[in-house]
Amino acid sequence: MPDLIAKSALGLPPLTHAGTTLMESALPQITAIAPFPGQTGAVGDALGLAFPAPNRVTEAGDARLVWAGRDLAFLIGAAAPDGLPASVTDQSDGWVALTLSGARAVDVLARLVPLDLRGVQRGQAFRTALNHLPLVLMAEGEGAFTLLTFRSMARTAWHEISDAMEKVAARTALVQ
Amino acid sequence: MRLTCPLCGPRDRREFYYSGDAVLLARPATDAPPGAWDDYLHNRDNPAGVTQDLWYHEQGCCSWLKVTRNTVTHEILSVESVAGTSTAGGAA
Ligand SMILES: [Zn+2]
Repeated sequence: MPDLIAKSALGLPPLTHAGTTLMESALPQITAIAPFPGQTGAVGDALGLAFPAPNRVTEAGDARLVWAGRDLAFLIGAAAPDGLPASVTDQSDGWVALTLSGARAVDVLARLVPLDLRGVQRGQAFRTALNHLPLVLMAEGEGAFTLLTFRSMARTAWHEISDAMEKVAARTALVQ
Repeated sequence: MRLTCPLCGPRDRREFYYSGDAVLLARPATDAPPGAWDDYLHNRDNPAGVTQDLWYHEQGCCSWLKVTRNTVTHEILSVESVAGTSTAGGAA
């Protein structure tokens, strides 16, 4: 196997509007884990992380297990051990991770995501949509969010979010 | 319009894909008479009132859902997971 050079999906500098900043995160290691029937408990034991309930994240140290759909969770920040009683696929290169943080992050996402994100807390995560793009949205607490979407759609996601940020900033300027 | 997915909770209509009458869950036996297959494949009621159809939680958990709703009042009467609720024996 040749030694390949990892490249970021976007390579763009952070963008700030209305005190809210959009950034591309470092390439995350993402492993999709779909436990075999009845094996969620055994998978949790092997990972040292409880298999999350819908819309939840469990975490221990740097490792996070993010609910990502029916019988499916994404392991982020740790490698999956061999021999899990689950279907395990490395999806690291298929996704892009963006962070949106700051005072108006919830207002920006309200223009794009069909969920009420006011009051969500760290430990919550949602499989949903960013306009038409598939999205795994993780609440980081204090108004910050990590957004995972398909790497092939990274530029579209950046464009949609930056557009919403500009509109939130424009409205803020009007009200002042 | 919102559907309350048994796994994900109340979600906006945009997350779902509509797939037609729930009769698709009652596939006839392979040796069923042609009339049964005709009904299964082609014949649909268009009720003013309670109906059942299939929705896919495409931008969510990817469950197939059987939705019971009223076409007159627009009430959603129930949303059931076609595969049952076996999943998600997870921790909050
Ligand atoms: Zn769902």
